[in-house]
Amino acid sequence: MVETPQGAQPNSYCSGPDEQGRFGKFGGRFVAETLMPLILDLEREYERAKHEPEFAAEMQDLWTHYVGRPSPLYFAPRLTEHLGGAKIYLKRDELNHTGAHKINNVLGQILLARRMGKTRIIAETGAGQHGVATATVCARFGLKCIVYMGATDVERQKPNVFRMQLLGAEVVPVRAGRATLKDAMNEALRDWVANVRDTFYCIGTVAGPHPYPAMVRDFQSIIGRETKEQMQAAEGRLPDSLVACIGGGSNAMGLFYPFLDDRTVRIIGVEAGGHGVDDRMEHAASLNGGRPGVLHGNRTYLLQDADGQILEGHSISAGLDYPGIGPEHSWLHDIGRVEYVSATDKEALDAFQMCSRLEGIIPALEPSHALAYVAKLAPTLPNDHLLVMNMCGRGDKDIFTVAEALGEEIVA
Amino acid sequence: MSSRLSATFDRLKSEGRKAFIAYIMASDPSPEASFEALRGLPQAGVDVIELGLPFTDPMADGPAIQAAGQRALAAGATTASTLEMARRFRAENDATPIVLMGYFNPIYSYGVDKFVADAAEAGIDGLIIVDIPPEEDPELGPAARAAGLDLIRLATPTSDAKRLPKILEGASGFLYYVSITGITGSAEADAAQVGPAVARIKAATDLPVCVGFGVKTPESAAEISKIADGVVVGSAIVAMLGEGRPVDDVLDFVKRLADGAHGTSPA
Repeated sequence: MVETPQGAQPNSYCSGPDEQGRFGKFGGRFVAETLMPLILDLEREYERAKHEPEFAAEMQDLWTHYVGRPSPLYFAPRLTEHLGGAKIYLKRDELNHTGAHKINNVLGQILLARRMGKTRIIAETGAGQHGVATATVCARFGLKCIVYMGATDVERQKPNVFRMQLLGAEVVPVRAGRATLKDAMNEALRDWVANVRDTFYCIGTVAGPHPYPAMVRDFQSIIGRETKEQMQAAEGRLPDSLVACIGGGSNAMGLFYPFLDDRTVRIIGVEAGGHGVDDRMEHAASLNGGRPGVLHGNRTYLLQDADGQILEGHSISAGLDYPGIGPEHSWLHDIGRVEYVSATDKEALDAFQMCSRLEGIIPALEPSHALAYVAKLAPTLPNDHLLVMNMCGRGDKDIFTVAEALGEEIVA
Repeated sequence: MSSRLSATFDRLKSEGRKAFIAYIMASDPSPEASFEALRGLPQAGVDVIELGLPFTDPMADGPAIQAAGQRALAAGATTASTLEMARRFRAENDATPIVLMGYFNPIYSYGVDKFVADAAEAGIDGLIIVDIPPEEDPELGPAARAAGLDLIRLATPTSDAKRLPKILEGASGFLYYVSITGITGSAEADAAQVGPAVARIKAATDLPVCVGFGVKTPESAAEISKIADGVVVGSAIVAMLGEGRPVDDVLDFVKRLADGAHGTSPA
């Protein structure tokens, strides 16, 4: 793929990344030399596995019997009626084993790790969902699992820490830097540099050095492929719009990717607006409030100061609280194929409660951001407009955060 | 190759000596103390200076250098102030090469073309940018070379015979051999393993090969200097600055390291 100037559109939106791991100018392989041979090996192994029917069959079997796929595409009648516009469908990836979309990707990477003879799996986690998914699949295959988690997040997400420990994983609190997700990722990279021979780094989102952004996207694309088939079965046509929340952006990339070349489909990513996207930088909206830079192996939009130092950002949702975003999203943003908007903490909290009461589904705080935007958008659309929102995680993990935000006291 | 780096390695070679390379983080623990340490390094026996460019997310560095970067940033360090520190040094020392070591984002943010021009003008001789592997050379290499800066490449224990030519292509100044698989200041370099690796690299290039990442003591510096063209020490020096030790004490330690590397330690 060649770099596409602003305004000009490529023949296909699905052909990236190029040989250098670039989506336009985004992506790449900005890693320490020690890791270069490892990511080149991984790229070769993934390219091989991708074309082998046995690999696909093994994934399919686990998806069906272990994860519970396909996840339903559910028409949400009371949300639709309440918002009074577009017909709202929810892609129910919160019904997956472990309660979020994260396991789709983890299964793929762990199968690759096994092919490569790696026996020690490391992962980073923010809210703990990717950590729990990784610990789960490692338990399933009898692999040693070490999860790096910012010390601040360990404190905030105790139930998930205990879950990972129950599953046999070692959770390492990271005190370096500011002790949150980006520092956990730094620490995982440091571990990998020190343990190159037996260790596989299972990255949880569509970021990191090439081939991770493309590989994680491919594993998550099951979400969009199922959605396409299910919508065809339900309504006999393509949806009119797709909405998903974005932290690193893996659930969104998974839903969007199979629809990128369906140009009638409007695609919207919702970033975490925190306390509002402005100069205070108390948000996690990399595209709407950041600028391009290089971190964690790729060029992408980042929250950073004038001197290129990385800023922490803020979101009520620990899973969206990351100063970067997957490089493919940066490219889709620059060429204008996907619209990127934001929703604040407050709007997400309102949507969280609305969905719980109207549909009997307690959403995670992450997709509550997507839902907050749906609540604004749907009323402006006609009744025959088909809108799909990715319900990428369930909200059990968030009840303490939400209770605190609402001024309620509950005892764990 | 920049004239200062090549002149330094040529001189050392003619004297039959090995290079001692010391790393400090710019503005750590404060701009004043850092500059005092910097200007004292040549007198303490340092042949080449590595000056750290502070970054919030140093993914290849251990706790000592991570903390140094945080102290520097807290003390107000910027990319511009780091270049200014080099400029002040250069005003009083025109011989000792300075290599800037850090990560790409602050440079990208500053603007690559402006950065290499300003760095060359400030008297910087070379760059070691940890997250620019050969695959990403077009991001920085052509601009750096055009400005007369050496882009120093890293080779590691994972650099096999297939990988090495890729690393050496476009390398200049010297080759930095990372003696361990790991982050700065973690494991101890093992001369028994480093020796054959350095020999293998030297068979493939005429560049001086300097060894760092796992060297912490004068004894270790002495041992490594027997098998390489130079020895780099960073974390052990930076840790002393971080403990708030007087600059003179730090420079005394640097002198012992340099004596070790130069084979002139008192018996």
